[in-house]
Amino acid sequence: MTSPTTAPLRPATLAPAGLPGLDPRFSHRLTVPGGDQWHYLDTGPELAARGLEPRGTVLAVHGNPTWSYLWRALLPATLDAAAAGGPVWRVVAVDQLEMGLSARTGRQRTLPERVRDLDVFTTTLGLTGPVVALGHDWGGVVASGWAVDHPEQLAGLALLNTAVAHPADEPIPAPLRAATAGPVLRLATSTTRAFLETTLALAHPPLPRAVADAYRTPYRHADERQGIEGFVADIPADPAHTSAPELHRIAAGVAALDVPALLLWGPRDPVFQDRYLDDLLDRLPHARVHRYEGAGHLLAEDVDWPPALLAWLTEQVGTGPAGAAGAADTADVADAPARAPLWAALDARADDPGPAVLDMTAADGPRTVSWRLLARQVRRIAAGLHATGVRRGDRVSLLVQPGPTLTALVYACLRIGAVVVVADAGLGPQGLTRAQRGAQPDWVVGQTKGLLAARALGWPGVRIAADPLHPATRRALGVAHTLLDVADAGRDEVLPPEPAPADEAAILFTSGSTGPAKGVVYTHAQLSAVRDVLREHFAVGPDTGLVTGFAPFALLGPALGTRSVTPDMDISAPRTLTARAVADAVRASEAAIVFLSPAAVLNVVATADALDDADRTALGGVRTFLSTGAPVSEELLSSAAAVMPAADAHTPYGMTECLLVTDITLDGIRDAAAAPDAGVCVGRPVGGGEVLISALDADGAATGAPGTAPGVLGEVLVRAPHLKQRYDRLWLTDRAAERDTPPGRWHRTGDVGHLDADGRLWIEGRLAHVLTTPDGPLAPVGPEQHVERVAGVRRAAVVGVGPAGVQQAVAVVESLPAARRRGLAPDALAAEVRAASPVPLAAVLVVPALPTDIRHNSKIDRARLSTWASRVLAGGRVGAP
Amino acid sequence: MTVLVTGASGLLGGAVARVLVERGEDVRTLQRRPSGVAGAHDVAGSVTDAAAVARAVEGVDAVVHLAARVSLAGPRAEFDAVNVGGTTTLLDAAERAGAGRFVQVSSPSVAHGGSSLVGVGAQPADPAHARGDYARTKAAAELLALDRDGAMHVVAVRPHLVWGPGDTQLVERVLDRAARGRLPLLDHGAALIDTTYVDNAATGIVAALDRAPAVHGRAYVLTNGEPRTVADLLAGICRAGGVRPPAWRVPAALARAAGGAVEAAWRLRPGTDEPPMTRFLAEQLSTAHWFDQRATRADLRWTPAVTLDEGFARLAAHYRERGGR
Repeated sequence: MTSPTTAPLRPATLAPAGLPGLDPRFSHRLTVPGGDQWHYLDTGPELAARGLEPRGTVLAVHGNPTWSYLWRALLPATLDAAAAGGPVWRVVAVDQLEMGLSARTGRQRTLPERVRDLDVFTTTLGLTGPVVALGHDWGGVVASGWAVDHPEQLAGLALLNTAVAHPADEPIPAPLRAATAGPVLRLATSTTRAFLETTLALAHPPLPRAVADAYRTPYRHADERQGIEGFVADIPADPAHTSAPELHRIAAGVAALDVPALLLWGPRDPVFQDRYLDDLLDRLPHARVHRYEGAGHLLAEDVDWPPALLAWLTEQVGTGPAGAAGAADTADVADAPARAPLWAALDARADDPGPAVLDMTAADGPRTVSWRLLARQVRRIAAGLHATGVRRGDRVSLLVQPGPTLTALVYACLRIGAVVVVADAGLGPQGLTRAQRGAQPDWVVGQTKGLLAARALGWPGVRIAADPLHPATRRALGVAHTLLDVADAGRDEVLPPEPAPADEAAILFTSGSTGPAKGVVYTHAQLSAVRDVLREHFAVGPDTGLVTGFAPFALLGPALGTRSVTPDMDISAPRTLTARAVADAVRASEAAIVFLSPAAVLNVVATADALDDADRTALGGVRTFLSTGAPVSEELLSSAAAVMPAADAHTPYGMTECLLVTDITLDGIRDAAAAPDAGVCVGRPVGGGEVLISALDADGAATGAPGTAPGVLGEVLVRAPHLKQRYDRLWLTDRAAERDTPPGRWHRTGDVGHLDADGRLWIEGRLAHVLTTPDGPLAPVGPEQHVERVAGVRRAAVVGVGPAGVQQAVAVVESLPAARRRGLAPDALAAEVRAASPVPLAAVLVVPALPTDIRHNSKIDRARLSTWASRVLAGGRVGAP
Repeated sequence: MTVLVTGASGLLGGAVARVLVERGEDVRTLQRRPSGVAGAHDVAGSVTDAAAVARAVEGVDAVVHLAARVSLAGPRAEFDAVNVGGTTTLLDAAERAGAGRFVQVSSPSVAHGGSSLVGVGAQPADPAHARGDYARTKAAAELLALDRDGAMHVVAVRPHLVWGPGDTQLVERVLDRAARGRLPLLDHGAALIDTTYVDNAATGIVAALDRAPAVHGRAYVLTNGEPRTVADLLAGICRAGGVRPPAWRVPAALARAAGGAVEAAWRLRPGTDEPPMTRFLAEQLSTAHWFDQRATRADLRWTPAVTLDEGFARLAAHYRERGGR
């Protein structure tokens, strides 16, 4: 270094004692050639004192306007992990020059200088051996710059809410645009503490006062804040900016990295929004990524993140230099049988003039689409989408009501390898927005209603209108293409090569009844397996005919190679389906199989009186009837079976992650009724599926070795060819779902239950809803079934109150007639409920209605009820659950 | 084993003495009135009387100390004299007499100040934050007793809300007020409260006596382990006593404020009766009080033999035999 040594305006200082969570003994200073003084946190001396040799160093770089304090939780976490026998990692967390406790030199530093500065620092420090670069905010860019420049040392790259590139045609985020605008800059960043305070206010939940004060410590005076100003001024807001070439260099370099990568993300970030995560994933497609729903820009404050980094270091990062550790997925596609692609039947019947899809919901009478027409539409839309720029791997969100258009779109996307994103209205507007932001579709195909929401709520993706639009509407909705244009562009039907079986095919969303809805990724092979298990288990042939009143299954008809019909109903509101509508649909299609959701079954039974003789004759031809999505009672199933007297009634058990796990018939349910087991009997695994139980311990955790011993209460594990590939951008959730599972692709369902001696599976509730009483773990469904036999009870939830391990069981019931007020049940009802319950109940509470999920209106939110009951029974206010 | 039981004229003291007599221990009692425990040897006197205490402890192997000033109101000095002074006198005498075990019968109120207790264990006694003179002096006494743990094994046991046939503290007050239509439910009466049927409290205390060599120096909360809502408990007691359960409600905050005012008034006014509502009682009846019983049951190797429902049945039988209240 040849630059002249100049006296700093303020030298580097050591961290004062008393900052929450920061042990001052980690605080160090280093003067580099040229005289610049750095402050940094380092566990190196501590490791040396303990005689521990690190396998590498995590080099952590904070953003603006924070300082190394941001990383404080990582230092003790790595030391604890090392003490516990885990891999030993040293942590070096710098304060960038002009920032934190490092020196103030009065210089404005540009991005290339900052990247060089960091190199000078690590060289002076003598940092040798493997390095994992870790960065947040603009520190992520600097860390990435260091990573790109040190391929021989780089062992991994981990980033929290940052960006290395910005689309040239888009404005930078509004909050930054405001801050970088001329005179506002100085006022916001250094003259006042506005920028600092705004950043600190982004924490969810708000920072404790002492922690916020710790962040303010190095930035008390305006002259200490000039680094903040310099950093904001250095944001390359346009391509002509001094730092723009360096940013482009780093962005390109990151895309060439093949070291393990980890992206931890807080989606509630007004600046580094999900599109930047998307960009990073494009550059680092092998990265492990976890989006912490509800967390924001200050992710490191919002969540307990060090365990995620440690797990990644342990599992993914090798000790050698760059590229030593691969990040290969362990998809066991190789040993799976070859399955016909999803569009195989469609191709096979491409000249068949017979009906493929019937839509009874059209206002002007039933609409029939022949196989020939459907196949042609699929080919044209597929070719058109490709011509429009939709590429293999692109995500396409479909905001289209079930019907022939949606069906054609789905198969067109599948054919060209675009990934179909299906988030239904059952998630509610908030849930849908979360889902769209999380999945970051590249394209959105929507009807007007969906496009309105996309526009109003800022959902990502290039918009394609499914319906013809007036030019003004089209502009207002920001629509780039219409489906007519797309199909027209594809009229030559020139198709790109088919996707591979292991390619991603679709992202389906969970119901969100147990936390925020999760995206579930399926490959083509896995979706083909879903089709195959349905076809084999329910003996679906080319001439079977399906009536589907349940959205996901409505799409499977063409794949199954048989005609499907959507009855006249609001398909996103299953409870609107009437018995007559089912009869009409069966008659129109001569369908032998009827697929319904529990809410639809309920209404079909309720409206059965309106059936005339012709309707009954039509329904008499149904061979198989399914209720799927949530358990239904034997009574309800019997009533539904009475409407379709020749049909075998089935209630399969499954979940978004594995749509068909087990199946049971009405006769099977009647047999099971004689068994003493607690819970809902869901039958035996089907279609090559397997079930294991991981026993619950006294704390209600599923820690038992997975097995098939009968009568053991535990978490249900499933494995099947049609099991999902993974969750979308939820690496930690993937890990949790695969924790301590046997070899092969297993999935922890989060459901609890047991197997009986006959190999039947009994479901007893959700793992998260298990009570931990002094007598051990207690699953809620068994006691609930007993309580629901009381004449005055419509529905019941058994929940725990009190701390884990000593919880008391409490029944919360919907009474008949419905209670007008929430609170303690009347004495007589309470006495009956207690007498019926197999476990002691500390209290019996009544509510007018139990809280349930939107999609099924059947999954009771016991967690919410538990919180509510705990408050009421502690003498608190009786508000709403 | 020769065991001294103080306060054996009370509901719980009598029950403890009877359990010990029944299993063949040599039982001595100390209280001002006759204990009424057949087979026990009464020493008449107060725990504040050093001479009487010295006589009572002579030659005993163990002491179970229940005698206390139990009341919701009264002169502060009297609580100090009996609950703190009396305990000190007894501890001194027991040590001098060479007693090997000392069970200090205490109260969960020694460790909390008015907030809800939900599934907690036995926290340390805290005289500075205890509510009311009873809790404050019992907290001080428990600390004094546990401080003596050494050659003499000291265990503190805190039964919560002991009730049963013959109970004048809880049952009779509830029935009396309910009969006069002066028993409201505070708020919704939904706070969960764990109580202790008297026979369970007695066997639990004896279990602590037996296990003193292993568990000395510790404090244990003792309950039935069956939390119920205040409304359920009051209704259960009223039904057993043949009285209509309370049906009217008063906001707890109002009751607390009123309790404070009434308490103050009762302090000024002559008389020895008890105020109809105190701040302490209002808190007790409107906040949750239930406990983690796992350590108690495991360490004392004890489980309550009488369930709540069985307890209410016995209480009802008691009143039937008496031909009503």
